[in-house]
Amino acid sequence: MQMPEPSAAVLARKAEIVAGLRRILPEGAVIDDPAETRAYECDALTAYRCPPLAAVLPSSTAEVAAVLKHCNAHGVPVVPRGAGTSLAGGALPTSDAVILGLAKMNRVLETDLENRFIRVETGRTNLSVSGAVEAEGFFYAPDPSSQLACAIGGNIAMNSGGAHCLKYGVTTNNLLGVTLVTMAGEVLEIGGAHLDAPGLDLLGVICGSEGQLGIVTEATLRILPKPEGARPVLIGFSSNEVAGACVSDIIKAGVLPVAIEFMDRPCIRATDAFSGAGYPDCEAMLIVEVEGSEAEIAEQLGLILQIARRHDPVELREARDADDAARIWLGRKSAFGAMGQLNDYICLDGTIPVSALPQVLKRIGELSKEFGLDVANVFHAGDGNMHPLILFDANKPGDLETCEAMGAEILKLCVEVGGCLTGEHGVGVEKRDLMNVQFDPADLEAQMRVKDVFDPAWLLNAAKVFPLAASDARRRVA
Amino acid sequence: MTLHPGTETELAHMIREAGGPLAVRGGGTRSPGASGEALSTAGLRGVTLYEPGALTIVARAGTPLSEIRDTLAAHGQHLPFEPPEMGGLLGGSGTSTIGGVVATNASGPRRIQAGACRDSLIGVRFVDGTGAVVKNGGRVMKNVTGYDLAKLMAGSHGTLGVLTEVSFKVLPAPAVEAGLVIEGLDDASAQKAMAAALGSPFEVTGAAHLPGDTPRTLLRIGGLADSVAYRSGRLKDLMAPFGPVTIVTDADAVADDWRRIRDVAPFAGRTGDVWRISVRPSDGPQVAGRSGGDVFYDWGGGLIWALVPEGTDLRAAIGDIRGHATLIRASADTRDRLGTFHPEPAGVATLTAGLRAKFDPRGILNAGVMA
Repeated sequence: MQMPEPSAAVLARKAEIVAGLRRILPEGAVIDDPAETRAYECDALTAYRCPPLAAVLPSSTAEVAAVLKHCNAHGVPVVPRGAGTSLAGGALPTSDAVILGLAKMNRVLETDLENRFIRVETGRTNLSVSGAVEAEGFFYAPDPSSQLACAIGGNIAMNSGGAHCLKYGVTTNNLLGVTLVTMAGEVLEIGGAHLDAPGLDLLGVICGSEGQLGIVTEATLRILPKPEGARPVLIGFSSNEVAGACVSDIIKAGVLPVAIEFMDRPCIRATDAFSGAGYPDCEAMLIVEVEGSEAEIAEQLGLILQIARRHDPVELREARDADDAARIWLGRKSAFGAMGQLNDYICLDGTIPVSALPQVLKRIGELSKEFGLDVANVFHAGDGNMHPLILFDANKPGDLETCEAMGAEILKLCVEVGGCLTGEHGVGVEKRDLMNVQFDPADLEAQMRVKDVFDPAWLLNAAKVFPLAASDARRRVA
Repeated sequence: MTLHPGTETELAHMIREAGGPLAVRGGGTRSPGASGEALSTAGLRGVTLYEPGALTIVARAGTPLSEIRDTLAAHGQHLPFEPPEMGGLLGGSGTSTIGGVVATNASGPRRIQAGACRDSLIGVRFVDGTGAVVKNGGRVMKNVTGYDLAKLMAGSHGTLGVLTEVSFKVLPAPAVEAGLVIEGLDDASAQKAMAAALGSPFEVTGAAHLPGDTPRTLLRIGGLADSVAYRSGRLKDLMAPFGPVTIVTDADAVADDWRRIRDVAPFAGRTGDVWRISVRPSDGPQVAGRSGGDVFYDWGGGLIWALVPEGTDLRAAIGDIRGHATLIRASADTRDRLGTFHPEPAGVATLTAGLRAKFDPRGILNAGVMA
């Protein structure tokens, strides 16, 4: 993993830069002791680490603005950090960068049930947003699997998804407005509790820009009334092809399940052994969940089971009560833990057209043999977002590199069949150098122009998203 | 003379060679608004990919909206954001194209439940003001690879580039739809009733209020038959404190009510300027009152359509609002004087101007349309 050379000028002026930050922020909010900055050397992509120049933990939008103004004036790169759960290295610093952490900004600023929104500071965790309105019967829909820990600020930066986005959409579809602080330290209100933009949809391009356009300190989020109930059904199949065809038929029949999760045999076996979920021994398995009242659930599940039966399932398991439902989800929800027990793994995140599913799974099986590494597949089948988990041994020299090479092949395959490199984790540093596979130079140029406008000096999280060679000239001029 | 590119490559060539401003038009439903040589996307036509099992459709920008609707309807699917047909209101002779729908981010009553056009849009191809062909997003519904320029293009009125192809996430159309009607509510009570309905778990897909001699507050639900029957019953109970509720099960009557709201039919053929105001729903009645015109509400009260005497400065009348007011139908003079779009705060306007300068450095694409 190549990162840009740190700026010698910035490193040389560390004392002056840190003293400036201390003048701006209260006692304890500036961290530059090398023993302590190590806590910020990586995010959940732990294979790559680099302690930052310093880390700052502001408590307000005004403090964020003052920090950015200071860094901008001194040409210091800034890397924003939510909760540090990025799997793509979105919060990986360079040694000349200041990490701007949002951890202290976690207040609920406004709750408005009549207009169905909540406004929060973006260091607040995803789950605690729902927690703030749960008692009133509302929830915040995007539910990434790290939702207990991940921050709304990170969700906005990466446009995070989750298991339920087939019905509810991803972050961008549930984000109404932001307070954005630009690298120059200007505070902008974009969007709000009303719908749509008066002019260009800046909110739409800010969401998912991986912290490269500005730092979002406050967010207005759409909240939804909780459904009356939800229930999953488990369906086992004798092949991936049949499971894929069943997904397509369910969707074509006009039912919109809230989630359709797919697991292949290696994943079923590993999760069952780990969790004791009692999964069937079969090639492929779907968990389909629907929502509504008792009667509505029965109506939808009736239709889904009728379709499933046409595909000769080897197992059909309806949840009769909450315990059954929890058991059906148990293995799926522990998939990552189960894999972690078997070995180290990397988790990919490409999306494919649902129709290409059998072909892609077959090719992943072949790649697994070629590279000599095991792969387990678990993914959101309704929207084609795959999460192949490639197992490797971090203690074995060269294994990580083999694993990454195989991951790159799988992602190229996703693009080849009409999909994309990342469905919900983001590009970060992890997939930065594969962007040329999906985009032509003109496509990347158009995206980089947007950054030119928001952050002309390319100081904000600049070593991410774009291949270093593509962004080199811009970062150098800066 | 109108330029009629038949392919994306031809279009790119025409833009590169353009000697002056271009007025981009889709179906010609709206008046062009820009001066310069007319450029029509009508030649870029046809559905290029439709996979019902993947809920995905891709079409060239000049494809008529009606063709997209028919293609989807044949498989029981639809565009979730319920794009309006504004021809009747605007008095234009053309028919909407899918590119025009995206360029205006046109979204109907279902926007409150299913999102706007920009939320269903998953990919675009366009030619920018330098003649470069750019693609963004694609044909899969979960995609965070790079910046989301598709959203930036939605609602950009052809000022950043000329769309050549658009992709959407589509959804199953509801098998059955039903309406609920409460008569006689004043605006404030209607807004409370709509908020209560939208705060319920019964998945309301439309909430509108038509004031007048006999005010009507309309709700809509859709889905599988048993489910719709169940939810209309529960909603009727929930709405009972506001007034007597009628459940409408006649599909044609429900469709007709909502088509009229979608297409702003109450103001079609009537003299005056038409404004579209987006605010938080609870601010709706007050803003509508200050407008001094004839109004009706969609989006649970958050969208106000106002018909005011020609030349009225509605923005001055409503004062500072948390939201925005757009001039939809007016004379060229009024547009010049008041501006079609709500003024942006200085910092935001600077970013907007910066983006325009990057995507269209010569300022030739629909110049002045969004100014």
